[in-house]
Amino acid sequence: MGKYILRRVLLMIPIVLGVATLSFVLMKLAPGDPAAAYLGDKATPEAVAQLRHAWGLDQPMIIQYFQFLGGLFVGDFGRSFIFQTTVLELLKLRMPATLMLMLVSLIFAVVISVPLSLWVAATKSAASAIVSRVFTATVQGMPAFFVGTLLILVLGVNTGLFPVGGYGSSLGEHLYSLVLPGIVVALTICPVLIRSLTAALNDSLSAEYTNFAASKGLSRSKIVRNYAFRNAGITGISILGIQVGHLVGGALVVENVFAIPGVGSLLMEAVLARDYNVVQALTVIFGVLVVLVYLLTDIVYSLVDPRVRLGA
Amino acid sequence: MPILEVDSLTVDIDGEVGRRRILDDVSITLEAGEPMGLVGESGSGKSMTLRSILGMLPPGAEIVEGEIRFRGTNILTSGSRRGYDQRIRGTGISMVFQEPAIALNPVMKVGRQITDAVAEHKGLSKRSAHELAVELMDRVGIADPERRAHSYPFQLSGGMRQRVMIAAALVQEPEVLLCDEPTTALDVTIQAQVLDLFRTMQQERGLGLLYVTHDLAVVAQLCQSISVMKDGRIIEHGVLQSVFDDPTEDHTRKLLTATPRIDDGVFAGTGGDASAGTSEGAR
Repeated sequence: MGKYILRRVLLMIPIVLGVATLSFVLMKLAPGDPAAAYLGDKATPEAVAQLRHAWGLDQPMIIQYFQFLGGLFVGDFGRSFIFQTTVLELLKLRMPATLMLMLVSLIFAVVISVPLSLWVAATKSAASAIVSRVFTATVQGMPAFFVGTLLILVLGVNTGLFPVGGYGSSLGEHLYSLVLPGIVVALTICPVLIRSLTAALNDSLSAEYTNFAASKGLSRSKIVRNYAFRNAGITGISILGIQVGHLVGGALVVENVFAIPGVGSLLMEAVLARDYNVVQALTVIFGVLVVLVYLLTDIVYSLVDPRVRLGA
Repeated sequence: MPILEVDSLTVDIDGEVGRRRILDDVSITLEAGEPMGLVGESGSGKSMTLRSILGMLPPGAEIVEGEIRFRGTNILTSGSRRGYDQRIRGTGISMVFQEPAIALNPVMKVGRQITDAVAEHKGLSKRSAHELAVELMDRVGIADPERRAHSYPFQLSGGMRQRVMIAAALVQEPEVLLCDEPTTALDVTIQAQVLDLFRTMQQERGLGLLYVTHDLAVVAQLCQSISVMKDGRIIEHGVLQSVFDDPTEDHTRKLLTATPRIDDGVFAGTGGDASAGTSEGAR
């Protein structure tokens, strides 16, 4: 197991390198200049040139690239042009809200998907199938920013049940203000989760081992819990892991809708201002995050599935 | 009173080509402690008969006529809401499936699979359930049961998995054991061992045995009576010896002659003592 994890971690290096290179190249290809953007329309060419020199943007591309990579290896992401502080400081400030949002969304996604899939698979009723199908199709057809705005209008503005945006200052306020955005992000991954989980549950409920369990006289509830759910859950874990990648994307959009001071809104500001270092750092960090979650998923998967854990 | 009576059982199934009759007026009478063979070609309705008895027909299948009586009570209607009486499963009638590789939950320890139903019914503690599993595994001839109880199915051989399933089927001391070709998935030497186990268990416990197979040699070794199925009907029934010696139906005769015998000519040159083994009883 230790060897396996080590190999997977080593495999991350080329992936991270690739992500870093891609983000560097894409940013350089994007039109616009951070110095010009920072100084505004009325800046003289001389002032812009001076600032470009100060920020090291007049260096050859290859040097800038290796400076960026070298920095990555020692955990130095450079300075933000517009915020006038190190990228690391910015991340410390903004990352917690995003991670919290992702966690809350993940919980909501599980809380919505698992009971619904269980209901559909265990009852096999026409009503449950229709409810599930209408729900997944509707949710899948609505973009996150639309659902977000809708929820803000209905549950925020009209009823005042939840804050319409912001993040609060205490943990309680954080969680409270993450309810609506958490639901919105969760809804982006729910359709896939519900469908795959329902299919996996149906498979294990019609499997021969479930028939044998029934022939022993085991109750339906025990069969659903210990045979269907336990076995389908193993599949569910890997699907959930893959969906975390989508959570990142969802969180970025939703943070802007709900004005949550996370890295999603930071990324938006940084892209608009051509704040290269911030954009590159965030791209790399999210790349690493997603790869780490995949690794974590595989590890958890092998821990819950004895066939993998004990080597079938 | 017979322990199990299947009385004029008729089952239809909705398929792609419309409604089809898969069991037609099937009647079987099994006395307590009687081992009976149920033979026939694939698709003749043997497995469907067993699944009907346990109230576990596949989706789309429906019992349109007939009764299934256990100790004289029609279990098709004696359950809750006048449906199938599920209390009979495991405690009165249980079943050993064909393929232990897929009939055991791959991610649950075998000890727990043997006793989970009885533990639920009797409210056994984890500890006494484990002890019971070990005891049963010992009874069905699994060496080192204390350790094996903690194994997962994939860690056991095919023969051992089938012994686990037999233990799980017998743990609640049912009076009738249904067997759906339980040795077909095993290789020959293991088959013989498992058959031995069935015989011992049947005799020790006075089990009513309904043993489905297409292998007449197995029936000859294990059973006292035999029913022959074809196209969803029982076409012949009788005491083993009389059916083997003097089948009344053409189909039965064909089944009997389809069983290869070592003294059948191809092996005629190998001498008289070569007729030992599984084919012996099939004469």
